[in-house]
Amino acid sequence: MNPNFKREDAGQPPSLHAPYASTVPRSPRQPLVRIPHTLTETTGPSNAWPRLMGGAMADLTTQHKAMPQGQRIIVSGRVLDEDGRPVPNTVMEIWQANAAGRYIHKKDQWDAPLDPNFTGAGRVITDDEGRYQFVSIRPGAYPWGNHHNAWRPAHIHLSLLGPAFATRLVTQMYFPDDPLIEIDPIANAVPLPYRQRLVSRFDIETTKPNWALGYLFDVVLRGRDQTPFEDDHHA
Amino acid sequence: MHDQVNPAPRLDNQDPVLFGQTPSQTVGPFFHYGLPWKGCADLIGDSEIGARPELFPAEHYVLASPTAKGEVAGEPIVIEGAVLDADGKAVSDAMIEIWQADAAGRYVDGSSHSGFIGWGRASTGEDGVYRFVTIRPGRVDDQQAPHIAIGVFGRGVIKRLATRLYFEDDAANAADPILALVPAERRQTLIARKVGQAWRFDIVLQGDRETVFFDI
Repeated sequence: MNPNFKREDAGQPPSLHAPYASTVPRSPRQPLVRIPHTLTETTGPSNAWPRLMGGAMADLTTQHKAMPQGQRIIVSGRVLDEDGRPVPNTVMEIWQANAAGRYIHKKDQWDAPLDPNFTGAGRVITDDEGRYQFVSIRPGAYPWGNHHNAWRPAHIHLSLLGPAFATRLVTQMYFPDDPLIEIDPIANAVPLPYRQRLVSRFDIETTKPNWALGYLFDVVLRGRDQTPFEDDHHA
Repeated sequence: MHDQVNPAPRLDNQDPVLFGQTPSQTVGPFFHYGLPWKGCADLIGDSEIGARPELFPAEHYVLASPTAKGEVAGEPIVIEGAVLDADGKAVSDAMIEIWQADAAGRYVDGSSHSGFIGWGRASTGEDGVYRFVTIRPGRVDDQQAPHIAIGVFGRGVIKRLATRLYFEDDAANAADPILALVPAERRQTLIARKVGQAWRFDIVLQGDRETVFFDI
């Protein structure tokens, strides 16, 4: 039998965070119904990801004719579970704005230049030790309509499947020393100190001389839980 | 030389004292060129449904088509529904994911190299509607009625909302252990109904007909 996974920890944000205005009409008001983990929650497509999505695209700077504008970066780290064990062979999907803070998306109305050499979409797979690495450019900050003079801090969207339906995670990685994090309603939906789990660290060891700045970002997915659900005793 | 650098002024991702689950964040409104690959909502065929290529230039559609699926056993079905907010307005920037067993009730072993996987993704359109083509799943673990696990993402959705779809005409629903945990008066929000050729399953994020979401 597949073991259960642990539940949310204290660092997960609530669905309703009123300073992020669009959560107000889009978050449930009824309490969530807690259910045991069945085979449905403890399984997932795991190794089947290449058949689903295709192969890795670990360099976002070489998808077009020339190098994109902006500061080249190398983002690397590990995908781990809550017990510190590596999560190997799992997919991390990546998307982001360009160096000017503009998304290659028709609904992005921010008046900053598009870059024909930058899409901003990628995908990596963790190795046997849960390690991943991708090359991109540092995204820019951009304004949004949440409130007067609202600006999103520079961020990279990350999407992970992990081993099971229960471990699915979509998150955003931020950059150190970005003053916009302090005033961003999305980052601050996560209570402190846990918000800081989303802030990457600049790393001189993974910085490549005369080529790219290195940032470290580990992703921690839910771990295995040996504690049975209370109703399991009746099974 | 680098060990003389001042320490970071505040905690970050790499500090052991903060180690724990990475917090969830919204997919935002601009995920369409980054998450839905070609055909991600067609679990049995080779159509390209699920993505919205009209939202970005063709040369930036870098997400590849999946490999051919081959013959898939089971009854083909279409699942469709609208994602609606508290005011009944269509949510045109949501993304739905599904995970399901095959027709025999088995979750697929990812190490196999062909056939049905049971995992899909679909963007909602301007009308808030998502659509999947898949097969009707079988009963799972001899206890659960046929069902499909659903994850809801979107702008304004900070963390995935998890729910399940059951089929209106299935006698096994009455004894399903998960449905039994749902207050009777809300159970119908988890039941897809046959409308024309499709199974209709609206997802209401808030309000009178609010869909039951699970703490999993």
